[in-house]
Amino acid sequence: MFLVADRISYTYNRRTSVDAVSALRDVSVRIGRGSFTGLIGPNGCGKTTLLKMLAGVLSPDSGSVSLEGRALRTMSRRHVARRIAVVPQETHPAFEYTVLEMALMGRHPHLGPFQLEGPSDLAIAHESLTATGTSHLAERSYMSLSGGEKQRVVIASALTQSPEVLLLDEPTASLDLGYQLEIGLLLQRLNRERSATLVMATHDLNLAASLCDTLVLMRNGRVLASGSTSEVLTSATVRQLYDVEADVRVHELAGHLTVVPLGRLS
Amino acid sequence: MITIDSAETDEAPLRRPTPPSSIRGRLTSTILGFGTLAIATCVLAPLVGTTSISLTRALDPSIPFDQNVDAQIFFVARLPRVLAGALVGSALATAGVVFQAMLRNPLATPFTLGVSAGASLGAMLVIIFGGALALGPLSTVPAASLAGAAAATAVVYWLATRHGHAISTSVLLLAGVTLNSFLSAIIMFVQYLADFAQIYRAARWIMGDLDIGGYDALIASLPLVVAAFALFALLPSSLNLLSVGKDAAAARGVDVPRAQRLAFFSASLATSAAVSLAGPIGFIGIVVPHLVRLLVGVDHRIVLPASALFGAAFLVACDVLARTILAPVEVPVGIVTAMIGGPFFLWLLVRKS
Repeated sequence: MFLVADRISYTYNRRTSVDAVSALRDVSVRIGRGSFTGLIGPNGCGKTTLLKMLAGVLSPDSGSVSLEGRALRTMSRRHVARRIAVVPQETHPAFEYTVLEMALMGRHPHLGPFQLEGPSDLAIAHESLTATGTSHLAERSYMSLSGGEKQRVVIASALTQSPEVLLLDEPTASLDLGYQLEIGLLLQRLNRERSATLVMATHDLNLAASLCDTLVLMRNGRVLASGSTSEVLTSATVRQLYDVEADVRVHELAGHLTVVPLGRLS
Repeated sequence: MITIDSAETDEAPLRRPTPPSSIRGRLTSTILGFGTLAIATCVLAPLVGTTSISLTRALDPSIPFDQNVDAQIFFVARLPRVLAGALVGSALATAGVVFQAMLRNPLATPFTLGVSAGASLGAMLVIIFGGALALGPLSTVPAASLAGAAAATAVVYWLATRHGHAISTSVLLLAGVTLNSFLSAIIMFVQYLADFAQIYRAARWIMGDLDIGGYDALIASLPLVVAAFALFALLPSSLNLLSVGKDAAAARGVDVPRAQRLAFFSASLATSAAVSLAGPIGFIGIVVPHLVRLLVGVDHRIVLPASALFGAAFLVACDVLARTILAPVEVPVGIVTAMIGGPFFLWLLVRKS
């Protein structure tokens, strides 16, 4: 296995103990090279925390995360960032960076402390902007963009990191249907054509069903089930996850599982 | 490795927007431009004053120094003050840049986190209760204000790191703002206990003044500012990422707790050195960074050196105004910077909303 979380637990505010929140309990996840994994579960189930652990941004209280057998905590931040990139749910810079500047920040882990980016770094940034369809925005201010454009620029910035693994936290959460499809196609292309390893946390079960080959279902900081999408995504697991009665079946035209919620169980 | 060639294949050959001049080119032209401005200001500023002097005569090596009145006025009476202005302006402007990026708040100043209030209390205590203590070449007032600044920095840092080893910027801001008002109250209480002559001296100190009377104070402050600037040199690309967000910075390979500590302590050091030399001269730390961003963009690798140079030029120019506007009376330079900075700050706020 490529990226492995082995029995990790994490508690927020562990030291204060007053408002300590246990976010992950004994979670194990194994992610294969070139796979597209979806993290599914209700609000507060630990998806975002797990992503931060897989990125090495947070260290687990117990257990370990390793990339190709090497524990992330033994690697420097810079070293990890050369191989694993993160696309957060929302990005709000404090200053008016241009789109190109945002993308170029992805080169940070590849540059020395006093090194300025050179022509090859610039070429990589332009390639990423082109791949996400944002190269025409290069000189625009990031803050002046629409939500969909912003998200694509953030993905471009992550791609500029030239990572092997891309971790995405609800990349389509604030986007309309058109942009959701667009981001979905972009991710699918990265996964299939460039054999990128993708892990995506999402609330959108239909998006996950259409894109991901593997699902990890989480509830209350634990893994409820994990496996191939067709095996794991059933009306029984949807009921367990969300207390929602749903019709789960393969859509004839779409060719993948679809989830239609029918009602909430009291 | 995820590498991508053009996905918009129908657009081939790849049509790129006209490439902006490289970061190296922008950095060079910025440093040349602002550097020339800073040097020109520092050379020309000593020529301005109640007695007019000639630069060629002041720099003429054929006239012995003790007979060259122009050179004496230039090098003894005016240059220390100009250099102090350059040093203080540079330190406050860069400290402003660093605090704004680290706190992700464009309206932060070097004085937001209570460093200057601590420095002021230290200075007040010595001015009012200190009498004629002497401490080697250092006057006791700068030493006391340095101690006050260090104490305030330590308190704010302790509060902001109590719940973990990473700095909480929200606690940092709240603690700093609270400490500022608390220390101001103590300063008022201390002044309440003082007599009129002491209050006059204290008030003049708080207004900010570059009349340092010679090179000794300057030389005492120089190592602190140089040390702060050396630390600043490690920061720019981390500041870019910190200003985008803590998690974003960590995910791009920044050691966030280390970068925050470095930013906090180096900017506090620069602020302490500047305030202990010239008092809390306001608005430099916010006016200069914002003007610089309007001129050269927001990349900290350019903004930081540009602010160092432009801050020097700006404060020296303000001080020339302070010396000449009501000549022969000299207005404390802090009043001039506030008169320019206050309206500018408001304009900035209105423009933002």
